[in-house]
Parts: sequence; C-alpha cells; structure tokens
Amino acid sequence: MRDRINTLVRRTPNWALYTLSVLPPAWLLWQGAVGALGVDPVKVIEHELGILALQALLLGLAITPLRRHARLNLLKWRRPIGVIAFFYVFLHLVTWVLLDMQLYWEQMLKDIAKRPYITIGMVSFVLLLPLAVTSNNLSVRRMGAAAWQKLHKLVYPAVLLGAVHNVMVQKVWEVEALIYLGLALSLLAFRVRLPRVRSTRQA
Amino acid sequence: MRRFVTDLTYDDVTQKEVFLNRRALLRSAAAMGAASILPFEAAARDFAGGETPNKFEDITAYNNFYEFGTGKDDPAKYAGQLTTSPWSIEVDGMVDRPGSYSIADLIDADDIEERIYRFRCVEAWSMVIPWNGVELNKVLSKLGPQPGAKYVAFETLVRPAEMPGLRNTSIDWPYREGLRIDEAMHPLTLLATGIYGEPMPNQNGAPIRLVVPWKYGFKSIKSIVRISFTAEEPPATWNMLQPREYGFYSNVNPEVDHPRWSQATERRIGDGLFARRRPTLMFNGYEDEVASLYDGMDLTQFY
Repeated sequence: MRDRINTLVRRTPNWALYTLSVLPPAWLLWQGAVGALGVDPVKVIEHELGILALQALLLGLAITPLRRHARLNLLKWRRPIGVIAFFYVFLHLVTWVLLDMQLYWEQMLKDIAKRPYITIGMVSFVLLLPLAVTSNNLSVRRMGAAAWQKLHKLVYPAVLLGAVHNVMVQKVWEVEALIYLGLALSLLAFRVRLPRVRSTRQA
Repeated sequence: MRRFVTDLTYDDVTQKEVFLNRRALLRSAAAMGAASILPFEAAARDFAGGETPNKFEDITAYNNFYEFGTGKDDPAKYAGQLTTSPWSIEVDGMVDRPGSYSIADLIDADDIEERIYRFRCVEAWSMVIPWNGVELNKVLSKLGPQPGAKYVAFETLVRPAEMPGLRNTSIDWPYREGLRIDEAMHPLTLLATGIYGEPMPNQNGAPIRLVVPWKYGFKSIKSIVRISFTAEEPPATWNMLQPREYGFYSNVNPEVDHPRWSQATERRIGDGLFARRRPTLMFNGYEDEVASLYDGMDLTQFY
C-alpha cells in the first residue's frame, strides 16, 4: 500500500496537481454565482479560500514527518503543494480586496495597520511572497540549494500566523479554528525536535 | 399594586384574512381614484430612503439568534420548534400597571403599521426590512411608567427544550437589552410583530421583538418575555460579554470602530456576489430624528 502510494506520487505529473487545485475555488465561485452559498456568499467564499490555504500549508508541513515516521514519500509534491497554498492565499486576499472591501483602499490600509487579525494575515501573505517567486528550478540553481532551503523556512512563521489569523477572525472561540492552530503548532514542534533526534543518531 | 386586566384575548386580534382583505379593498379603492390613494400610501411608510427591501427569504435565512446556535443559518434551522402561542410578557419595576400580559393586551391591532427601516448589524452588514409593528411608546404609555423610571430593560425567552443554543454557557442567559426611557419613547422605536405583513417568523424573534433602527442590530432584542422599568442602567448581554466592543448605547456610528473591525462601511447583503459595500451613515441614517437624544454626550465615550 505504502509503496503503491509512493509510486503514484512519483508518477503524477505536477500539472495534474495544479489542474486539480483549480477545482475547489472554481466550484466555490460557481456556487456563489448561482446563489447556492446562502445570503452572504462573499463571506463564505472568503472563509473557505482561507481554510483551503491553511489546509494546503499544513499538508506541505506534514510531508517531512510523513516521510520520517510513515515512510510515505510525498516529497515530489511538496513544491506544487506550496505553490497551490500560495495560490489559495492569493485568491483569499483578492476576494477580500474585490468582493468584500470592494476597493475601499483607505479603509483597507487602515484595517491592515489597526486590526491585529488583518495585520497578522497580511504579514503571513508577505512572508509567503518570496517563496512563491522563487518556486522555480531557475531560482534554486541561482540561489544554491542551501540558501533556497533556508529562505523557504519562512513557511514556518507564515503557517503559524495564518492559523492565529483564523482563530482571531471568529467572534467567539471556535473549536475548528483551534484545531487548525493545534495542528500547526504540532507540525512546527516536530521541526524543533529534529536536530536533537539527528544528533543522537549520528553519535 | 393593581394588576392590569383585560378581557381581550389573542382571538380579538384582527384575523390575517380580514386585514389582508382590508388592504386589498384599500388598494382597489386607490386604483379607482386619486382622492382615495391616501390611505393606501399610508399603509407602508418608507424610512429607508426609497431603497428596495431585502427579500423575505433573505431576511429569514440569515439571522443572529444565539439561543438557536451561533451560525447564521442555525435560527432558520432550529427555531421552527419554538412555541409562540400562548405568549405572555411580564411587566415589572417602576410602573403603575405591572403584571402578566398577552400580546393582545399590549398591542391594539389598529395601531399596527408597516415601516421600512434600514437594519445595520454590528458585524458590518446591513439589510432593509419592512417591519409590522407599533411604536413602543404607545405600549409603554399604556403601562404607566413612574417618574423615577429612567430605563427600560427587556429579556428574551429562555426555554432549553426548544432552544438548543442555550447549551452554550459562554453567554449568561437570558439575553438582556435595555434602552434609556427617552430612546424607548422615541417614535422610531418599534415593537414589531411581523415582516412583510406575515406574522413574525420564529427565527426573527417571534412573536414580538424590539426594533431600534439607529442602533446596531443586537440592541433589537427578540422574543421578549419581560419588560422592566428601572432607575439604573440595566445590564445588556453583549456589553456584559465584551464591554470594550459593545457599549450600552451601541448607536450606529461610522466614526467609532469596533476594536476588531472598522464600522466606516457596510455590505448591504442579499444581492449575491455583488452585494455592494457602502459608507455607513451616522445613526444609520436617522441622525435628523435621533441626534438630539445625545446632545452634549461624547459618542466616542458613550459608544
């Protein structure tokens, strides 16, 4: 079973992942357009895109632990998953700017500066920008693998801020948002433990 | 104190068929000649600047009524089981005629009018709603507030068997709200019993609720079972939960932001993906009518 999954991952071309990733947002937009998302479709689309982004980011962070502990090798998918996560974050932001705030720039800028949850969300987006820009082979070659990997550790604070942003948006404490935050923290905690594990093995 | 009694019952309220016929009559009368247009014109008074009201389906599918759950669709899903007849309202405190009243005791069916108001939620969305109701001052005057009564407090029904949201213990039930007596006596303040000429849908606060159009929606308490006249400012639920975020007054004010979001603009929902964002109006557009109630008050302090 595990080997079959690993083979499947190796054989799936990236374009197939990218094509699949377009389906959820397209479905949301379609449902919104035909009135299947209720009275306030904008809020639903905005929220669901944010959740999709968070899920993709968490999946990306889960790849190393899965490889180490479950011998599931999804490494080939890691970069496309990261790109897809950024694509969802970007759509989430575009929804906010165009459908929700409707280009009220002055209010948006004030909100980014004054509202902690919006500030945090924006910081998370800004942290992800250089990762998206350098998510091509040319960048890896130019920067060198070590520097590239170091830069891409920015995904750690970005995921954490994204999960905190999702908790703070809610009017009251929501269990679902707290679960996402818990997942993010566990996946990050796994990284903190890594060096110690490696050093005992080497000793 | 003497208990106010009446021999009227709910059956004395004009039957819906009868008053609908009455309207049809007015309408055909209006169609017949210009001279008879007046009564029909008076039937629905527009207080929303000529804006088209939201659809009945929107008004009844998107509600904050935490007694039925925190989701916007929870009230529409779960309020159907609410028993609204018989219904009684306890009146107490500094009032000449305290007691237990039915709706028919309190409201004269002839006083019920239709008014189209803007409705602005503290969450920065808004609707336009055609309410049916009476001016609260007519009801309060009937009850005889005593000179010492400076505030009017309201409470929502607590009935765990029919209200699944009451299991949420982060709120100290019953839901409570209050107004200063001059706000309560203001002619814009309604006790509403219906929407679009239909009896108040359960999810919108059946059978009787408050409507204060210049304040954020949570002040317009639903499914009222108690009205108390007090000398002191009464506790109000959201104010008790987050005093920094929800003030006792909670007048719609684009210049005083909720700490977590701006109140400068609002989305008029109900037009699907293209529901338009627009600037929020001072006192929700009722500034001319109500601003004088707050003369000399610092509205950033008394938010």
